[in-house]
Amino acid sequence: MKKENIIVILTGILVGLAALVLTALGNPANMGFCIACFERDIAGALGLHAAAKVQYVRPEIIGLVLGAFIMAIASKEYRAKAGSSPATRFVLGALVMIGALAFLGCPLRMIIRLGGGDLNALVALFGFVVGIFVGTIFVKKGFTLKRNYEVSKVEGSILPAVMLILGVLVLAVPALFKFSEEGPGSKHAPFWIALAIALVVGAMAQKSRLCMVGGVRDTMLFGDAHLLYGFIAIFVTIVIGNLCLSKFHLGFTGQPVAHSSHVWNFLGMVLCGWGSVLLGGCPLRQLILAGSGNGDSAVTVFGMITGAALAHNFGLAGNADPGLNEAGEYIVGGISKNGKFAVIGGLVIVLIISLINSKKEAKEA
Amino acid sequence: MIDARGLICPMPVVMVQKEVKKNAPDQLDVLVDDRCAVENITRYAKNSGYQVETSEDGCEFKLMLRK
Repeated sequence: MKKENIIVILTGILVGLAALVLTALGNPANMGFCIACFERDIAGALGLHAAAKVQYVRPEIIGLVLGAFIMAIASKEYRAKAGSSPATRFVLGALVMIGALAFLGCPLRMIIRLGGGDLNALVALFGFVVGIFVGTIFVKKGFTLKRNYEVSKVEGSILPAVMLILGVLVLAVPALFKFSEEGPGSKHAPFWIALAIALVVGAMAQKSRLCMVGGVRDTMLFGDAHLLYGFIAIFVTIVIGNLCLSKFHLGFTGQPVAHSSHVWNFLGMVLCGWGSVLLGGCPLRQLILAGSGNGDSAVTVFGMITGAALAHNFGLAGNADPGLNEAGEYIVGGISKNGKFAVIGGLVIVLIISLINSKKEAKEA
Repeated sequence: MIDARGLICPMPVVMVQKEVKKNAPDQLDVLVDDRCAVENITRYAKNSGYQVETSEDGCEFKLMLRK
């Protein structure tokens, strides 16, 4: 097997193990690593939204960015670049987040949930693949957010600096932040262990180019399944781990922090997959690129955090299934009318962005 | 010559793919400034029957694809 395939498989196994360990140490079930959920928790901790159950400064996000930053510097791959349609990327980042939170998880958590037996994630996977497929149609037609350009090292280091300052502040002045006392935000692995694991995962993700969108996208575009190996390695590791720990529960109902409103799980991840193709990578990849000096990805991450805040301020995010009522009937959660409007509106906006940026490319050519 | 500097993946590979499918050139030079693009174009070119040589000049890379 080729060395590059081995690296991406090892990274996938590492991510899977990290998710299992972090869950065992306190992170919410089937949420060992979730970029969307953890950025949402950070948004809450900063007071950008007021959902009391999802507020915590997740060291996983800090570690991923700083791990990628250290690896990029060490391997001399750090390149400070920016200027590729940053405002459009900000909007796309927010929409990707709204789509992910409708499903209650980013593409990485989708795999983790699937590895725990949550079949709602299978519905989401179909949506994710459809979204990527639609995105690749526009890529083939010439979609581009245009070129980036070399910028100052300060500009390229904005997100690592923000994350470093966030980490220092949460340790030095924790009273500045909001912390959930119940709900998913209150469940977390010990800070230093989560940070250490995320630093290693961030470094390996930078080295391997692991991307949840890239695997499916490149297989569709070029028949190149290289990145798909990482995707599969995460899933297999999680399944084996959950089976060993007796935490594999196959089914649609009763899944942790999940809802079984199929249409909106599907459409949420169509939005997430499509938007991520236009951005050039999944939410995890955006963190890694931002850590490697890409200012456009930093803007995207700020867009995602803003999207998370909007999702909770306007009630757009999914609500987990409440479970059985007093009559013994299973009650399905899902998303509100506002959430449905946001997902449909998001798809329309992504379509407009796709069309506008494809046409311009065709004219230039 | 394809100039894919400043573009992030998959765009550089898509540009190479379009040229290969359209004109099937015996030789093709590609400029990029991202190591990830170097890896992806190299993998695509080798799968398409090309040999690839890469030269590095500062932050830029020139890939020379040859049949």
